[in-house]
Amino acid sequence: MSAADAILRAPSREPARHSTVTRVVVYGLLIFFALIYLIPLVVMVMTSLKPLNEVTGGNMFALPKHLTFEPWVKAWGQARIGVSDTAGINGYFWNSIKMVVPAVAISTLLGALNGYVLTKWRFAGHKLVFGMMLFACFIPFQSVIIPMAVILGTLGDIGNQLTDATGYSFGFGNSTVNLVIVHVIYGLGFTTLFFRNYYEAFPTELVKAAQIDGASFFQIFRRILLPNSAPIFIVTVIYQFTNIWNDFLFGSTFAAGDQSPMTVALNNLVNTSTGVVEYNVNMAAAIIAAAPTLFVYVVAGRYFVRGLMAGAVKG
Amino acid sequence: MAFLEIDGLRKRFGALEILKGIDLSLDKGGFLVLVGPSGCGKSTLLNTIAGLESITAGEIRVDGNTINNLHPSKRDIAMVFQSYALYPNMTVAQNMAFGMEMRGVPKPEREKAVADVAKTLQIEHLLARRPSQLSGGQRQRVAMGRALVREPRVFLFDEPLSNLDAKLRVDMRVEIKRLHQRTGATIVYVTHDQIEAMTLATRIAVLKDGELQQVGSPHEVYNSPANLFVADFMGSPSMNLLQGKVSRANGSASIILERAGGAEPIVLPAPSSADATKLQEGGAVIFGIRPEAVSDLEGVDRNSRNVAKFDAIVDIVEPAGSDTFVVTKIAGKEVTARMRADAVLRVGQTHAFAFNLDKAVLFDPATTRRI
Repeated sequence: MSAADAILRAPSREPARHSTVTRVVVYGLLIFFALIYLIPLVVMVMTSLKPLNEVTGGNMFALPKHLTFEPWVKAWGQARIGVSDTAGINGYFWNSIKMVVPAVAISTLLGALNGYVLTKWRFAGHKLVFGMMLFACFIPFQSVIIPMAVILGTLGDIGNQLTDATGYSFGFGNSTVNLVIVHVIYGLGFTTLFFRNYYEAFPTELVKAAQIDGASFFQIFRRILLPNSAPIFIVTVIYQFTNIWNDFLFGSTFAAGDQSPMTVALNNLVNTSTGVVEYNVNMAAAIIAAAPTLFVYVVAGRYFVRGLMAGAVKG
Repeated sequence: MAFLEIDGLRKRFGALEILKGIDLSLDKGGFLVLVGPSGCGKSTLLNTIAGLESITAGEIRVDGNTINNLHPSKRDIAMVFQSYALYPNMTVAQNMAFGMEMRGVPKPEREKAVADVAKTLQIEHLLARRPSQLSGGQRQRVAMGRALVREPRVFLFDEPLSNLDAKLRVDMRVEIKRLHQRTGATIVYVTHDQIEAMTLATRIAVLKDGELQQVGSPHEVYNSPANLFVADFMGSPSMNLLQGKVSRANGSASIILERAGGAEPIVLPAPSSADATKLQEGGAVIFGIRPEAVSDLEGVDRNSRNVAKFDAIVDIVEPAGSDTFVVTKIAGKEVTARMRADAVLRVGQTHAFAFNLDKAVLFDPATTRRI
């Protein structure tokens, strides 16, 4: 080894030896906490793969002796949910999907549009408007339930009148539509906040250049802003998807029976007070309920972190 | 009638007046450079021409048509931005064609126009790339290509070279000049760099605090600055400005520059540029002379009819390669002289200097205007 090599290598070797102990401690702690965090999931998965007698009679942490997918099949297609006649949670799962997809899409797009206007087409009082939208983020869910119920009731009346007049309600009064409206309104504060902060750092010169090039308000939005918004789009979609999918309060308040979203159905399944508690079926249903958000995180999680950074660090 | 005319243009943001009545005109094919320190309103002025900012009062005409209230896209202008403002999600070709696409120009026509301009600017090999894959100079070129491809009536450049490194900036400056010469385009160009202004412009407008200080050819602005601000702002190193006093005898005026330490004052005949009738006995004046008009005795311009010699102690010698800058002191004020690169001077030595008074100017300290 030449003298130059020695000089170049010496500093990197010193801290490396030093950090072996530190590393063991750091990784040990990380693994320890990861395990603690994962134990409930492990128990859920194992319980859902055991027959019921093994669950009630055995150790929670024991591996399944007779591996079975019966609880999953039952949870999905056969289990009795609350007092309803429907079999399994699949109908509610689709209820949730039908609610989440439009609610996320609409609230994200409107948030992007709001952010665009609040940063690139500033008007007198734009700060006040943004402040009030932020305020919407901090209003507790519970406080809007009754006013919201009144509004949705009015919409339902309109739906009834439309049905009388035309034979079709145009979605007014439908509980899935109602939930979409509620989630869009409630999510708008957050999505606007995300996009406003992202577009704040977006070079205004690009908008000016597009104006000179002759692009209209919406052309600039669609051709210049949106194609460059992927990171914040992913952040917003994940955030909205998780929130709306996991919502229980609005779901249980504004939708009833067969119209309920997944979270309400899960509650109805687990809280049944008649008969034997089928823990394995409950666990399978709970995992199914959590699967979509898990899926979204696994697919887009790294963009989530990247997107949050993109909003925070300019350029 | 000039091609681009600006009459009494005012721009106000609330109580703050950014532009205080600008009158400018530019002939077709002219190259107008708006120059001034930051915050002087030059970029705002450019934006009002582009239509990106509304105006409070006044009128802007292109080819006789008022364009004040037209949308930017209807003004038939193109703009090159400081940050280039290339759309990051589009390729170079798409960037260049975007304006035509928005105007509904059919695709084959767009492609042909892009190909032609790309050839002129030698960026054909970059057409399929995205802006993030380009170097600073290439981005600059693409930004110019995007402006050129539309063949607008007026080009606006907003400090287009300030993001480039020093060497590239000089190259691109030449490039822009060549482009102007070849296409004969009408250009309004904003910069804070007075060298860019001097080299590119056919007409320079010097701005300060939203007011025009002087409009003229680079030669006029450099050699006959209208006031102290212009004299000081244009030129690098800047003009030497010295306090002096007028002395009148036998009908001709001379300027007396006092020297420190009881040394003999320097007495100069009044420069020919000054209006001698305005010089009054004992009146204070500011004597301005460019560094290149201060030299050693061998370096005096042989065509000069009016040379004044004096001795001074050399303070600092700055060899700059092509020239040597020598700093000395007269009346406590530093005077910079631009000498030949091989001039031999030692710090602390007394040396003979010469003023070329053909190039000197006088200012009234009260009004700061040139006499």
